[in-house]
Order: sequence, then C-alpha cells, then structure tokens
Amino acid sequence: MQKRLAFFAIGLLSLLATAVRVDAHAFLVRAEPHVGSRVTKAPNEVRIWFSEPIGTRLSSIKVFDASEKQVDKMDTHLDGHDRALLHISLRPSLAPGAYKVIWRVTSVDTHVTNGDFRFEVAP
Amino acid sequence: MTSIGKMKLSNVAVALVVLTSALALATMASAHGFAGARFFPATLSTDDPFVNDELSLPTVSTIETPEGRETEISADIAKRITPNLGIEVGESFLELNPNDEPETSGLGNVELAAKYQFFTSEAHETIFSLGAGVEIGGTGQKRVDAETFSTWSAAFFFGKGLGDLTENLALLRPVALTGLVGVAIPTSASTQINNVEIERHPNVLQYGFALEYSLIYLQEQVKDVGLRAPFDRLIPLTEFSFGTSLDRGQTTGTINPGVIWSGKYAQFGVEAVIPINERTGKSVGVIAQLHFYLDDLFPRSLGRPLFGWR
Repeated sequence: MQKRLAFFAIGLLSLLATAVRVDAHAFLVRAEPHVGSRVTKAPNEVRIWFSEPIGTRLSSIKVFDASEKQVDKMDTHLDGHDRALLHISLRPSLAPGAYKVIWRVTSVDTHVTNGDFRFEVAP
Repeated sequence: MTSIGKMKLSNVAVALVVLTSALALATMASAHGFAGARFFPATLSTDDPFVNDELSLPTVSTIETPEGRETEISADIAKRITPNLGIEVGESFLELNPNDEPETSGLGNVELAAKYQFFTSEAHETIFSLGAGVEIGGTGQKRVDAETFSTWSAAFFFGKGLGDLTENLALLRPVALTGLVGVAIPTSASTQINNVEIERHPNVLQYGFALEYSLIYLQEQVKDVGLRAPFDRLIPLTEFSFGTSLDRGQTTGTINPGVIWSGKYAQFGVEAVIPINERTGKSVGVIAQLHFYLDDLFPRSLGRPLFGWR
C-alpha cells in the first residue's frame, strides 16, 4: 500500500511539474483608478493589471458614464513593457459623476474572463 | 486508530504537504466555475453546480458519530466530455473506530456520476445543472460497512451570484449561493439475515446549499479594500448539508462554516463540521480539501473537453 501511494504521489507530482509552466485564467489584480474608488481629478486613462499575460485578440476595456454613454477612446492596448497590463484612453476632462469600467480579456492560453467595476470622479 | 491506518494517514499527509509545497509556486489568480464575472469555488460538502475538469485529492474528514469515530480520505476526479457535460469518479478510504469494537479500515464503494450544465447566465451569474450518480455496491470492503447493493441518485444543482444587485447594495454583490436538491434510491430496501430484517435502506431526500462571501469578488468587482495575499483570495462560506429519510422523516445533516483559499491552479478549503442532531454526530468534526483546477493546469490536454472545444 505504501509503495502504491509513493508511486501515485510521484506520478501526480510529475504530472503537475509538467503543468506549472502554463498560464491560467487572467484575473484583475488591481486597477487605476482603483476599483470602487473616488478620485478628485478626472483620469485620462484606465489601467488594469491582470494576473496573467493577456492576448490582444478579443481583449477589451470599455468605460461608460452614468447615462451609459461610452467615454473611452476605444483604443484598448497592451502596455509596451508589461503584457499583463491593459490600457484604455479616456475622453478629456470627464465630468464629475460615476463611471463603469467593463473588461473582458483572453489570457494567452485562451481562457476568457470578464468583470466590471465602478469609480467616481468627485472634484 | 490502527497502526496500519496511522501509516496510511501519515503517507497521505506527507503527499499533501509535498503537493501543497509544489503548488506554492503558483501564487495568485484563479480558475474555473464561472458565470460571467462570478467565480464559484468547488465546495467541500455539497457538490458544486458546474461542470469542469477538476481533481479533489484528498478530501479528509473526521467526525464522532453515535457509532464511533469515522475518518474518511477520498479522491474525486471530474472530466468534461463536452463543455456542458461531465463525468465524475470517486473513491474513499475509510477508517472506523466503532464504540466497543476493534478499529478497522478499508476502501468504500466506487462512485460514478454525470452532470449536465443546461443553463448559464453570465449577466445574472446563474448556473443550473442536472446530475445522476451511482454508488456501486460491492466494490468496497465489507469491514468498513461498504454496502453490497448500489444506490442511485439524481439531483438538481444551482449556483447564483448576487453581482446583479443594485449599486446601493454593492457590498452584498460578493455573496453567492450554490446548492442542490435530489434523491438517493438504494437498490435494496433492507438487509436481511435468515429472513429477518436487520436494517432498512430508505430512499433519502438530499439537499444542501453553500452561502459564500467572495473576497475575490469584493476586491475585483466592488471595492479595492487593500487586501493582499493570501487574504485577497479567500472565500469565507458556510455549507448546510442535509438528508431526510423519505419513509421515516428522520433528518441528519451538518452545518459547516469555513473558508476556501483559491490559488492559480488549486484551492484549499477547511470547514468545521457541526452536526445538527445527535443522530448525525456527537461532536464537532472537521473537513479539509485540496482541489486542483485541471483546466488551468492542463489547458491544452487533460483540462479541456473531449469534444466540442472551441
């Protein structure tokens, strides 16, 4: 029985050892402006750091105001130095109010995740 | 506990430590059981509502029942056939310390199951599934009371996240509820010796749910409250797991408060097991589980459906 358990443990570890190099679902690690935050100065872009490198295909960020009008410049792009960081530019001088950020990303191993959060501009 | 049982338990404990250490390489982020922005973790006591590629190894539980202490170490693997249809196989090693009887240990019956996830709403973070399973009688060892007859079961599973609540209830959006209701039907109504009935095997209504508050969801979707590892990956929860005999109306069950930590390739959960009555148990037990996300570990092979992968 002990031998069987040892073989089983070695086999499972070997299997896992082949796996730990892969990427998994991409989750939001942090964002700028922060999730659920109130900022006094209107931001000129939204940045989201993910837990995994992002594939550019099918990955996007959209930002809407309280009247559901899109206020971003539709230019979602990866950071030049960090493939887990996504940017989107915002229209200049956002008015005070609440904004909703909707993101959907595909990690490099094709797992898709999505989510949304809000921030508020209150000078 | 027998010396053999001790050796087996210590082997499993060593394997658990080694595996946990290996997985410590994987730090953040998470895996499967999604409906929109909602990540549902695999729950320990009530089967989860989603279909996926996952491995629970091991699940360890111990509780003092009216008959004595029962310790169970089990393994379950689930594999997707199509994106919405999966099968599961489970086996357990039991160690019984009966009152006034010698200790014994051995394998329980093999369990097989299939689950079909027939509804998923991303916007409303909702999952519905139907499942059927069988505990195959005679595949376990009699010395641990493995039944010689089979028991069939069918269940409806559900999962619902509250992410669609309005903004003024934002702090409740991390709440989610998963659960099941089903029935277990033994193929033998009773056990008889010399035409004398010594034990009845009733049909049992099985039901339970898990109430979760996801700090992952809070941090990512509602409010960055500044949690850092490992606390930003915690899901406190309480599971309620019950069974009611349909012929006598007797109910057994447990209430299990605990917490799950969800990492990149695996999760670890631990819960107290509080019996709801003396028929269920005499003291608080414990259940712990190491659970691997095969879809994240092996996204291009073992962790994808056999058919219908896009």
